[in-house]
Amino acid sequence: MKIWRYGDNIDTDLLFPGKYVYTCSTPDEIKPYLLEDLDPLFSKNVKKGDIIIAGKNFGCGSSREQPVVGLKSVGIKAIIAISFARIFYRAAINQGLVLIECSEAVKSYSKGDNVKIDLDSGKIVVGGKTYSFLKPPKEIIAIRNAGGLLEYTKTKLKRK
Amino acid sequence: MDMTFAEKILAKYSKLTEVFPGQIVTVHPDNLITHDNTAAIIQKIKPELEKFGVYSKSLPIIALDHIIPANSEKTAENHQKIREFVKNNEIKNFFDIGFGICHQIVIEKGFALPGKLLLGSDSHTCSYGAIGAFSTGIDRTEAASILLTGETWLKVPKTIKMVLKGKLKPGVYSKDVILHIIGDISASGANYCSVEFHGNVGQFSIDDRFTICNMGVEMGAKNTLFFSDDVTKKYLKNIGISDSQYNPLFADRDAKYSNELEYDLTKISPVIACPHNVDNIKPVTEVIDLEIQQCLIGTCTNGRFSDLHVAANILKGKRISQDVRLLILPASKDIFEKAIKAGIIKTLVKAGGIILPPGCGPCLGAHQGVLAPGERCLSTANRNFKGRMGCKEAEIYLASPATVAASALYGRITDPREVIKI
Repeated sequence: MKIWRYGDNIDTDLLFPGKYVYTCSTPDEIKPYLLEDLDPLFSKNVKKGDIIIAGKNFGCGSSREQPVVGLKSVGIKAIIAISFARIFYRAAINQGLVLIECSEAVKSYSKGDNVKIDLDSGKIVVGGKTYSFLKPPKEIIAIRNAGGLLEYTKTKLKRK
Repeated sequence: MDMTFAEKILAKYSKLTEVFPGQIVTVHPDNLITHDNTAAIIQKIKPELEKFGVYSKSLPIIALDHIIPANSEKTAENHQKIREFVKNNEIKNFFDIGFGICHQIVIEKGFALPGKLLLGSDSHTCSYGAIGAFSTGIDRTEAASILLTGETWLKVPKTIKMVLKGKLKPGVYSKDVILHIIGDISASGANYCSVEFHGNVGQFSIDDRFTICNMGVEMGAKNTLFFSDDVTKKYLKNIGISDSQYNPLFADRDAKYSNELEYDLTKISPVIACPHNVDNIKPVTEVIDLEIQQCLIGTCTNGRFSDLHVAANILKGKRISQDVRLLILPASKDIFEKAIKAGIIKTLVKAGGIILPPGCGPCLGAHQGVLAPGERCLSTANRNFKGRMGCKEAEIYLASPATVAASALYGRITDPREVIKI
């Protein structure tokens, strides 16, 4: 498991450049360009179970959902950041990508630290120290448990 | 009662008597705005659309604006799929290429009204606060879900009150105001929050308010708002909407705010957002004479008639530097026609400007006006992120239409107060 460490204000153009937004929608189309202008090594080397640790305002900018769809499909286990931009946060709920706001965990992380996440108890262990994070409200956990918003909506429609 | 605007409107739309920040409510928006991304949205729910249909034919507002005219077979196919969807589902509000940017259309065609709630799969949907509506951006997946069900959840935000005092000095515009505010509170300073503008706001036209609200998302805001007043009433009357057709909502006098900020407008000077973050704000005087290769006047931030008018006043009878390209995009067909009638387009073209079709144009780096490595662009758009205009080795600076027009004359960043007729 690798930890990818990034700074503040990682915007949606860095995560997925605008020039590909209207030609790439599926995970396979998205993957080669994921984080292209931020970290050219990311899409080549990312593996299932990897974690991203970032600063504040991660995902600011556009409402494009390719960054979230892409990060989920390459198997990012969670993004831990000081804060997330609102639309990105919402998009992550809709795709079932785990986002954790925990500034202490971000600040205490140094290269080589082991990171463990327990979603049920709302705890992260970074380099042997344990930090708590706020769990999302039940309405949001219901969407995540359904496998994302569209699955949630489709089930609801079928029940009607 | 002691509710903010956001609390009041979310209570109204969730049919509750009161709501509190952090509460999750279910709402049925009045409209759902989508653009070229409609193709990807409907693709996600193809079988469900065939089985259940759209929730309502009048819910969606679809405008093709992002890559117009199509620049490749793939984007042409996207447009084609959207046109077919519109026809097959008898979607009432469709604006094909050439009508303009979705946000401009929503306001100028009177879809956004005081006290209404609109959602859109575009981050600049927050613009409609200019007219006293609650509006915010969502992603494609959520737009697909709303298309089927007509509803979604929203978290009631905390609200920041911003009091604007004093009067702007000549050469300083609403763009400078919002850039100044973002520079002050940072690109995440209003994250998850509703922002209400209070104080001496009567000096701001709907165009000015549009620019300010449009950039709310650049400080992280969920929505931004100017309360409906005489300026709003007059604007709506001009587009054929009487005040009996809408119900404005206002914050209570003793509403509880998470933060209150005051800005003295007399102290704001022309400013510029430097690469690569919108909150990297400097006074124009600090970056003066920096060479630029491209200038852009337009986009949903500053492509309105008043913006083109300001630029034309600066460029009238003059010629831009031969070392700079000046791209101009009216935000809509209506604005384009009005600018033609007023002689503004003639002035801009004579000065060396290149007119692009009403749409998003070069702002998102997908087509038109892409930058080369090492180039600098001075733009009236809302984002200067690295790679935003198609090249990660280029630099984007953001400023008011006056600053951009003045700078185009010299091919260098120029203080508009030096060339403006004050």
